[in-house]
Amino acid sequence: MTESESCYLSPVIDDDGAPFWHYAAQSQLRIQACASPACGELRFPPRPCCPHCGSFESEWRLMSGRGRIWSYVVPHPPLLPAYAAVAPYNAIIVELADAPRIRLVGNLVASADAALNSVDPGRLRIGAKVQVVFTDVDGVTMPRWVLERP
Amino acid sequence: MAGLKDATAIVGIGQTAFGKQLPESEKTLACRAILGALDDAGIAPSEVDAFASYTMEETDEVEVAKAVGAGDVTFFSKVGFGGGGSCATVAHLAAAVATGQASVGVAWRSRKRGSGPRPWKNTAVQLPTPAQWTRPYGLLRPADEIAMLARRYMHEYGATRDHLFNVALACRNRANQNPAAMMYERPLTRDMYMTARMISEPLCLFDNCLETDGALACVIVSAERARDCRQKPVYVHSVAQGLPSQHHGMVNYWNDDPLTGPAWTAARHLWKQADFGPEDVDVAQIYDAFTPLIPLSLEGYGFCGRGEGGAFTEGGALEIGGRLPLNTGGGGLSEAYVHGFNLINEGVKQLRGISTAQVPGAGTCLVTAGEGVPTSALLLRGA
Repeated sequence: MTESESCYLSPVIDDDGAPFWHYAAQSQLRIQACASPACGELRFPPRPCCPHCGSFESEWRLMSGRGRIWSYVVPHPPLLPAYAAVAPYNAIIVELADAPRIRLVGNLVASADAALNSVDPGRLRIGAKVQVVFTDVDGVTMPRWVLERP
Repeated sequence: MAGLKDATAIVGIGQTAFGKQLPESEKTLACRAILGALDDAGIAPSEVDAFASYTMEETDEVEVAKAVGAGDVTFFSKVGFGGGGSCATVAHLAAAVATGQASVGVAWRSRKRGSGPRPWKNTAVQLPTPAQWTRPYGLLRPADEIAMLARRYMHEYGATRDHLFNVALACRNRANQNPAAMMYERPLTRDMYMTARMISEPLCLFDNCLETDGALACVIVSAERARDCRQKPVYVHSVAQGLPSQHHGMVNYWNDDPLTGPAWTAARHLWKQADFGPEDVDVAQIYDAFTPLIPLSLEGYGFCGRGEGGAFTEGGALEIGGRLPLNTGGGGLSEAYVHGFNLINEGVKQLRGISTAQVPGAGTCLVTAGEGVPTSALLLRGA
């Protein structure tokens, strides 16, 4: 097994997405928004211009970090080795309390630095309230999610 | 404006054997399927002047044209998004032939997905945007991406694993009638389904398509010329592609209504151009990389209302004699997964009356490409 195969995949960050990861490194969940005063719509994934008004001006708006589970899966092998090692684990989609149409893929964990399989799959529920936390994975700060009422 | 309606016809189909591992190369398989389709049509390779294919295949039209002995080629297109492009190949050739850019078009698909690598294992190629938002979290495979939508669909509408089993069973039953199908001699039971290993909960092994080596092709000419061809023509009645507003391929999680997809967009255009509606479709070949794509597509193409796709599958509706016989060669779930091209050829077989699971008197057929990615669809009409 090569070193890269033994690790989780790191995000391959593009120009549009870079600010998200920059703010995540400061433990902030920020989402791109149109900076035109007449518009101001949030958008995700980030992109160069606003699909509502065409403005190229954008800002990164701080979110409360609260949300609800919109859906989830529990993957089983065959998987890439690092993920197979913790399978079955969960992957979830969180709709943000501040902006329910903004949904983020992530993982529900028992605590910020806990493993991807640290929550019993039987505890996963659509609609469960979750809160963002941040953890370092191979030098990249990743958002994770914990239950608001564990 | 003269449209595409019934202006062209599929007059030849060809296919190789399907298997988990075939010894021949992707290019060789492509050539065999194409020459088979031309022979079926009774048209010489030197008359071919148009090609159409779709991405996630290595073989290109230059290689194919010189190997099969095509003439001067004046139209060639390659549609994006893998399985979403299957029906678009026929659509592009129909447009080219109907507008006089070419006279004999060949669409094909060759894959070595059975013996080749799983695309999701290639971390270098598979990590462009928007994968930075999904793959690091272990949402790695198409099965995981679709399972996420399936879970939400089941939650919102009360669809169950039994509904997904109905889809898997209908495809398997048809494959059990089709000697060319990979699952010809492998019946499926509810017990097998319910106790199968999970791949990405809520999806189990039998919710996933096969991994196949094989190739298929078809030949398209004008309706006028089709009358003189060897086989009974199958008319291309209506065609459509679909890329919905604010759609995200496979991971369609970021718009107002993630449980509607490209099928809805393609369907609106498809029916607008057609002389008949969903209630008039005799048999359907619906893209089935994963079982949940069937209830979603049934809704998208107008066979039932929002949220009714699961219930639609009840009572044998997808079986022969049911409300909408489905994937009568076995589909991607049980005949072969060749990015949906076998669904096109099976539609042709039904309208010629030669399917191994023939729907009596079938005169109309819907064929769809991959749902969940920018897609395409065809309405075929028998002569």
